[in-house]
Amino acid sequence: MAFQLVLPDSKSVSQAPSPLAYAVDRTFFYAAAAGALAIILLVIYILWEIGGQALPAIGRSGASVLVNTQWDVQNSSFGILPQIWGTLYSSLMALLIGGFIGVSIAIFLTQDFLPHSLATVFRTLIEMLAAIPSVVFGLWGIFVVIPFVRPAADWLHDAAGFIPFFSTSLSGPGMLPAVIVLSIMILPTVAAISQDAIGLVPYKIKEAAYGLGATRWEAILKVILPTASGGISSALVLGFGRALGETMALAMLIGNANQISLSLFSPATTLAALLASNFPEAGAIERQALMYAALVLLAITLVVNVAGTLILLWTSRKMAKA
Amino acid sequence: MLLPGKLTGPWAATLAGAFWLATAAVSAPALADGIELHGAGSTLAAPLYEKWIGEYQRTHNSVILHYAAVGSGEGVARFASGAVDFGASDVALASEKAAKIAGGVVQVPSTAGMVVLAYNLPGFKGELKLPQDVYSDIFLGRIHSWDDPRIAGANPGLKLPARTIAVVVRQDSSGTTYAFTSHLAAVSKNWGVEGRGAGTVVAWPHEAMNARGNEGVASRIKIADNSIGYVEYGFARRLGLKVAALQNSEGRFVLPSPEAGEAAMVSSATGSLDGLGASIVNPHGPEAYPIVTYSWLLLHRHYPPEQARVLKSFVLFALGDGQKQALNLGYIALPPAVTELAKAAVVEIDAEPAAPTPTTRN
Repeated sequence: MAFQLVLPDSKSVSQAPSPLAYAVDRTFFYAAAAGALAIILLVIYILWEIGGQALPAIGRSGASVLVNTQWDVQNSSFGILPQIWGTLYSSLMALLIGGFIGVSIAIFLTQDFLPHSLATVFRTLIEMLAAIPSVVFGLWGIFVVIPFVRPAADWLHDAAGFIPFFSTSLSGPGMLPAVIVLSIMILPTVAAISQDAIGLVPYKIKEAAYGLGATRWEAILKVILPTASGGISSALVLGFGRALGETMALAMLIGNANQISLSLFSPATTLAALLASNFPEAGAIERQALMYAALVLLAITLVVNVAGTLILLWTSRKMAKA
Repeated sequence: MLLPGKLTGPWAATLAGAFWLATAAVSAPALADGIELHGAGSTLAAPLYEKWIGEYQRTHNSVILHYAAVGSGEGVARFASGAVDFGASDVALASEKAAKIAGGVVQVPSTAGMVVLAYNLPGFKGELKLPQDVYSDIFLGRIHSWDDPRIAGANPGLKLPARTIAVVVRQDSSGTTYAFTSHLAAVSKNWGVEGRGAGTVVAWPHEAMNARGNEGVASRIKIADNSIGYVEYGFARRLGLKVAALQNSEGRFVLPSPEAGEAAMVSSATGSLDGLGASIVNPHGPEAYPIVTYSWLLLHRHYPPEQARVLKSFVLFALGDGQKQALNLGYIALPPAVTELAKAAVVEIDAEPAAPTPTTRN
């Protein structure tokens, strides 16, 4: 059979690229590459700048800042262990609550529990949570969440005060209200990405599970969730990252007390809250210590993100083998 | 408003607005016949200073005074650097610090305030009494619960909840903290044992909640149940917070009131302005409220003639008629002996015909 060359005529939709198209293509490539490079450079610059300003504090007190518990401006002795503890504790608790609810919502909205149109409405509503300003969440926490949880907290303290989690009474601002508001704040992130991940599970896998006689919940828990686990864990990591860096709502709700306590009802503080509340009046030496704290916060976020990526790689590799 | 008292009705507002725009556009020259002075410092006395400025400007149309409530520490720093014409601080400048300020400083006590322990105990009826060793141990973190036997012992017959005490303290550099900690250092043995000392910023117990400014502490107490914190009397009164009766040096429990504050002032007044600040860390007298502090205006010794005239007349107004307004806002009127000393100090400010000092604003 002879090879037939078909040249595009004026009616064809395809045409040989013009020099202009080449130029546009090239320009776009370089612009995109420059944009990507700029982001990397920006991150490096921020690290460089913060690290540079933190350097005197690091040189002065080294790692002792990480284990000291007193932020004492008068004696220029700074410690951020309570802040690190508060940041990790509040974020982990928020991830526990917000992660569970977020993944549940994702299952509920994607597995035909609801008519499709209603599910879309729900999804939009949950994503709108992400548009509420942090300070509004803070006010809502003070005037709605705290009065709402106080009776339950008082009851728990009276009945089970011997358990470390309930060992103090809830005064108002404290860990529990902060965790509740934080878990609602990370909900849209977790729910949206989990929905996408579950949505990406091929339909034939679900069909096959049903075909083998699995019930709906068996299909969801034993087939669909494991298949989507990579995406869901990255949703959780992103939610955790958001919780680590949240500032305003926490500064309003957590109570600003530099203590390390397991109690959910006692006031605490976080690295971000420390930065927000101490920067305005900080003198030169305190500012260096605050930069050190900012660097620690960056490092924690970085570690969490790297860990998340590794989990993602590991699970997808395991899935490929199975 | 720049044209107070001359016109009334909506036209006055429009005119004033137009005039303001005009002055903003033409800037300084429009005020050529007037004078503008800036001050900054104490938040404790800020509501009173704003009241005084409003009153003074009503009768002196050509004068514009600005006051920024930035805290005593920052106020002293701005005054020393010449950024403002007068400073305000709840802590009198130590003589070695004052000596460093070019041209010399005149420190004038302007008012006095009580530092009160405001609390929020829902369902608690009655008047909370706190002995000196008990309230200092609360702020040392040695007493954790409201039903502690030492608190109950001072309040027989009153039912205190089995709840954690939520202590609220100041985070920023503050004259209120200085007054409170100087008092604690004077009355409490444990305070010294723990090495806390007195200062505008101190290391509080870990479980204490930190808040910014007198307003910040007062509003935190308002939203936190079972809380206690220290604020200037007027701030607690404005938010409707309950205040504790504190034990004074004679062993009696005294609620903050203008009379109790005045009793503390009168019993401790000394013959000179030096040492006045230190004289009232634990005032004597059976009716005296135990934690009081003077608040000071910091003035330069020399000003250009016009500025000197205006500042002198403003401070003399504050020390005279102004003292009546102090009572309404929850402050203590200065005892006559102290106002006389203060007036004598104001006279030392003199006009300086020479070239502009560093404090002159263009």
